Amino acid sequence: MTGSAPDISLRHQRREQLTMLALALPALLVILLLIVLPVGWLAWQSIWHNGFTFENYRRIFSEDIYWRSFALTFEISLAVTLLALLLGYPIAYAASIAPRGWNIVILALVVLPFWTSVLVRAYAWLALLQRTGVINQLLRQLGLIDEPLALVHNTFGTVVATLHILLPFMVLPLYATMQKIPRDLLQAGASLGAGPVLTFWRVFLPLSLPGVLAGCTLVFVLALGFYITPELLGGGRTVMVSMLVSRNVELYDQWGAASAVGVVLLAAVAAIFFAVSRFIPLDRVLGQK
Amino acid sequence: MDKGGESVDIRSASKHYDAVRALDNVTLNVAPREFVSLLGPSGSGKTTLLGILGGFIQPSSGSVHFGDRDVTLLPPHKRDIGVVFQNYALFPHMSVGENVAFPLRARRLPKADWPKKVNAALAMVGLAGYESRGISQLSGGQRQRVALARAMIFEPRLILMDEPLSALDKQLREAMQIELRELHRRIGATIIYVTHDQREALTMSDRVAILKDGKLVQIDAPQRLHDHPADAFVASFIGEASLLPVHPVDSCSVALGSSILRSTRRIPDGDGLMLAVHSEKLLIDDGKGDAARNRLTGKVTDIVYQGESLRVFLQLPDGTALSLRQPSHYEAARRIPPVGGDLTVTLHPEDTIVVPKARQ
Ligand SMILES: Nc1ncnc2c1ncn2[C@@H]1O[C@H](COP(=O)(O)OP(=O)(O)O)[C@@H](O)[C@H]1O
Ligand SMILES: [Mg+2]
Repeated sequence: MTGSAPDISLRHQRREQLTMLALALPALLVILLLIVLPVGWLAWQSIWHNGFTFENYRRIFSEDIYWRSFALTFEISLAVTLLALLLGYPIAYAASIAPRGWNIVILALVVLPFWTSVLVRAYAWLALLQRTGVINQLLRQLGLIDEPLALVHNTFGTVVATLHILLPFMVLPLYATMQKIPRDLLQAGASLGAGPVLTFWRVFLPLSLPGVLAGCTLVFVLALGFYITPELLGGGRTVMVSMLVSRNVELYDQWGAASAVGVVLLAAVAAIFFAVSRFIPLDRVLGQK
Repeated sequence: MDKGGESVDIRSASKHYDAVRALDNVTLNVAPREFVSLLGPSGSGKTTLLGILGGFIQPSSGSVHFGDRDVTLLPPHKRDIGVVFQNYALFPHMSVGENVAFPLRARRLPKADWPKKVNAALAMVGLAGYESRGISQLSGGQRQRVALARAMIFEPRLILMDEPLSALDKQLREAMQIELRELHRRIGATIIYVTHDQREALTMSDRVAILKDGKLVQIDAPQRLHDHPADAFVASFIGEASLLPVHPVDSCSVALGSSILRSTRRIPDGDGLMLAVHSEKLLIDDGKGDAARNRLTGKVTDIVYQGESLRVFLQLPDGTALSLRQPSHYEAARRIPPVGGDLTVTLHPEDTIVVPKARQ
């Protein structure tokens, strides 16, 4: 009895592990096929051109245009993330405290733009923001400006249009988190003597941080790879990393160089997330001790 | 510690949600230092009434007064009352100490004074030294204590509790009931306590208010509630009573089937009367005793052993069922015939309680 008991449980455990593996196998295969293989192929391309070469990487780290482009990409992504948080948080908050029915209206308004293509929205912004666009004409007719403002074909236009497209990716995770915050915690805050501001600051905001983290991560990562919007609204002056990739492939047929840019971007993002996770106590934000 | 209690005065408070009357014209006065329980089945309006007292719910009509202040329109954070919520409502992102210190922060007390007060509040609930623990590391009973400490640290003169013990197991619940009573005596605050457990209400309270469908049916001291129920609902809710339909005969007797039962109590007017027979008040007839006792004879249909007592189910000749409780010692058990046998029980006229079906 006593001798066989551990054996049985061990065998049982092993069988359970096998079952788990079998169940996870399809998902693992998909990940292998769709993510690991392409990325591996990308990495391979960047270092193999009739033999091993680090020429592609040497170029990235020595040529100015690459540096500037990477810096600009991170700047724009960061700006878009912060603005999306600033705009998205009040929207999500309003949706989470709105009476039933109204929250759906608010969320629908946020998600509605999803139904038109990114391309269409980019052109729409172009129409709004260009020198002869709606905004400039309106401001001129009101006599507020003499010369049209440069609202597009620059970083400003890129940020505005990217922000518009990515806002739902901030609002939805925020809303999901806020909506799960138990209402009686807020009532408890009030009953213990805290006014609305203190209750928000000390109870609601800390409990919404997991949503902030999720939303910021999503928006930041998506913004890093944005292509159509900066291409159309950046006016050639705002060269983001994704455009470097496309130019290398389309203009110069340099697959190796394009792959190297992709790999460096991937590595940079990984490094940033590693650094962030070291400074922000993620388990505290996400797990709530 | 003892800051005394606040008197609470609820005047014809109602709360309507569209067609639902969650609370229907409730008037209730609570004296300073009193421990009043709100007792009623689920959906009877207990949480609504507590929410109106806490300021979380605005009454559709009526008013609430603390002492001589009208607080009907006062927001919750200005009412200065301690609230213990059903699911504790502890802040999960704060330690025990931070949770308990929250009311001090809200009141802008100097930080230097916090540790002493937090320490004292935790000591009062038997959790001294738990300041730095995380909430998820606590058991249910410990969470309950932290919630109590947090609601009492600012020495409120009124504390509201919404089924605070309902998530605990029976043993812990009973231990906490005694502790709460003890705490109430020490801090002297007025406590309004919601529960759906009649035993809990009777154990802890100075008075119990019975709610049904948003209406206040009766408010009385536990013993009075038990012995003088206002109607059949209260009689069925408090204690273990069988309710049997009876007809009035004269001013001091009623007819149960073919037997006439005498009562020394006032028999309510009108038809639709019920006899409320508490199972502990039926005694097995030993042939002696005084002749004035009411006697009922029926067949034993079941005998259930319940540890410290036996519950015997009887069926009267006209088919009505009732039950009696006997302490489970040999002398008592010996006198109960086996299932199927005849048993005569007595009910003293003092214990013969006749109530209207519903209060007029
Ligand atoms: N926000 C609300 N909207 C609509 N009906 C409600 C609301 N809150 C409570 N009620 C109704 O009011 C009645 C009393 O509820 P409640 O006070 O929570 O009862 P209890 O706490 O005694 O179980 C119930 O019928 C409930 O369905
Ligand atoms: Mg309730």
